[in-house]
Amino acid sequence: MTIILVSLLFAALLGAILALIIGVAAKAFAVESDPRIETVTDMLPGANCGGCGYAGCADFAKAIVEGVAPPNDCPVASAEATVRVADYMGITSEEKEKVVAVVRCSGGISDTVRSPYNGVEDCRSAVLVAGGAKGCDYGCIGFASCARACPFDAIEIRDGLAVVHPDLCVGCGKCVDVCPKDLIILTPAAVDVHVYCNSPEKGAAKRKVCKTACIGCRKCVKASDSEDQMLIDGFLIATNYNNPPLPDLVEKAACPTTALRLATQHAAGAYEGVSK
Amino acid sequence: MSNKPRKFRGGVHPNDSKALSAASPIQDAPLLDKYTVIVHQNIGAPPEVLVKKGDEVKKGALLAKASGFVSAPLHAPTSGTVTAVDKCDGPTGLRVAAIEIRADGEDEWGSPFEPITDWQNADAADLKQRVSDAGVVGMGGAGFPSHVKLSPPAGKEIDTLILNGAECEPYLTADHRLMLEQAEDVVVGAAILARILGLKSAVIGVENNKPDAIEALKKAAAKTNVTVQGLPVNYPQGAEKQLIYTLTGREVPIGGLPMDVGCVVQNVASAVAVNDAVVKGHPSIERITTVTGEPLVNPGNWRFRLGTPISKAIELAGGVKVQPAKLLLGGPMMGFAQNSLDVTVMKNTSGILLIPAEQVSQYTSDPCIRCGKCVSCCPMGILPATISQAVENERFDLAAQLNVLACIECGSCSYVCPSRRPLNQHFKRAKAEIMAARKKK
Repeated sequence: MTIILVSLLFAALLGAILALIIGVAAKAFAVESDPRIETVTDMLPGANCGGCGYAGCADFAKAIVEGVAPPNDCPVASAEATVRVADYMGITSEEKEKVVAVVRCSGGISDTVRSPYNGVEDCRSAVLVAGGAKGCDYGCIGFASCARACPFDAIEIRDGLAVVHPDLCVGCGKCVDVCPKDLIILTPAAVDVHVYCNSPEKGAAKRKVCKTACIGCRKCVKASDSEDQMLIDGFLIATNYNNPPLPDLVEKAACPTTALRLATQHAAGAYEGVSK
Repeated sequence: MSNKPRKFRGGVHPNDSKALSAASPIQDAPLLDKYTVIVHQNIGAPPEVLVKKGDEVKKGALLAKASGFVSAPLHAPTSGTVTAVDKCDGPTGLRVAAIEIRADGEDEWGSPFEPITDWQNADAADLKQRVSDAGVVGMGGAGFPSHVKLSPPAGKEIDTLILNGAECEPYLTADHRLMLEQAEDVVVGAAILARILGLKSAVIGVENNKPDAIEALKKAAAKTNVTVQGLPVNYPQGAEKQLIYTLTGREVPIGGLPMDVGCVVQNVASAVAVNDAVVKGHPSIERITTVTGEPLVNPGNWRFRLGTPISKAIELAGGVKVQPAKLLLGGPMMGFAQNSLDVTVMKNTSGILLIPAEQVSQYTSDPCIRCGKCVSCCPMGILPATISQAVENERFDLAAQLNVLACIECGSCSYVCPSRRPLNQHFKRAKAEIMAARKKK
């Protein structure tokens, strides 16, 4: 009986002393933190994608509260969520133009010349073996390094080609950094017309290795509404994102190689098997 | 240097398959009507192209001049007209700058250099300048400009010149035939190199599986200060650091160069190129290449001009009797897989190897079973298994700590791995990532 009493008393005393130490320590070493940081963190999407340039949502929230970063730097948050954060902070936030990633290649396995490859299934490793074992030096290797980097599952590998789903992409830019061929660019989400080719080679050389390469025929340039909607760089045409063409250009231009595509239709698989 | 050669740590013994082409004497490849000379044939800065479309060039004329110290000039393989300065399929799978020359059939020398027949008494600096002007590079595979190795910085004392005739890569016999048929040129080349370095002697290391070459060299070197040393047969005996250890017992420190231990290593084919440059006044415009592999009708060794397409080389070897599944430039251990027959012979193309389908296994790699085979065979003494796991997790910092940069990419670890892990590819990736990150800083 006494043993139990002594033990209980001892445990109670020990507890009391430790509680006292913790209590004093909590007061003495308290970390002053702005409670608003936690609130703003909760308002953010919590994807921790790093698209804002900060190390995750909590770090970004801290930057917002400190006034270093505007709330619209988050590419993932919806317009309403951004406004909510801005209202809470008592600032106004302009709506930022939404961007999405575009993989500037349309050469799937069935459209391009490729060699058999048996090695590490990662684009950045495969590129060390004969430049990716693909006839075209500039095209998508298709081993999904970008798809694995995407925190939002917005990139699909279809027929050995990375295809971005514009509805899922938030434009965080993670994929841009990992592509060894520098194929991926961030473009305004409002623009749907893109040239899915990135090879500066001559038209004939491109045609030899890929059915869907841009051969620089300029049909799209002629069909566009104003001169500088499509930019010409040697044998490669690109959309001018500062003065973009309307989506009907794709139909009007009737691109002979289908390199000129609508991102939404490309993601839906509308161009599969149409190349000759 | 008469001490017994040591055995370096690790190494593997793949089937050497050299019998396919070892007995075939070197033949001069017939003149073609068109050569596509790849501009960047050396490690270091690409040379600066001096010709343009329409220019008439004589054989040996300067096509591109060295653009820095670590760079090498390029000369015309034959006389003719420059028809294009454009791109062609390169040995790394990417398209590279190339100069296309339509041969006029005369094959007339423009004679850019005066032969230095009295090289024994010539000034070492003049000889070195000649090696540099002639565009001689390491012809064993790396393509490192030879004159750079011959210019040790102040404070580095060179006391040993080693000629590399190990030719440890399976299938390749180009150096073997060269040492057998042009033993005297090899010895003279060695003596010239020794003179440039201010050394009295040189040693030629040859693997013991080439007894006829050793004998021929010994005969040629009989009255000179050049010695010939047989080496144990062990892949990668021909790797610079392993060769130095075998012959001298010195270990090149990690991240160091042979000059750090007082050695200069040159390939035997480079020595012959030096001989040609000095004694004949010929720039480096041709090389001996082994065209081999089971699918070929007549595997053998040819003296090709730079810019000869692989397809022509295969034609010379009688074409194929069975469809090959893989084409490599170089040997099976370190060679580069090709996806085009338009790639042309360069100064460092030691072999063109065709592999039939039954020898190309398609496999998926399994997890590491920690057997340690790669560790015991690694000639550099690094830990392939551990490093490969770091690379798979993209921990390049860890890979760097584990000295992945010391890897010589000999492929021994991939060769022995029972789980068929693509170790060598992982290391290439890690080295590329680490070097890119260092460049950024």
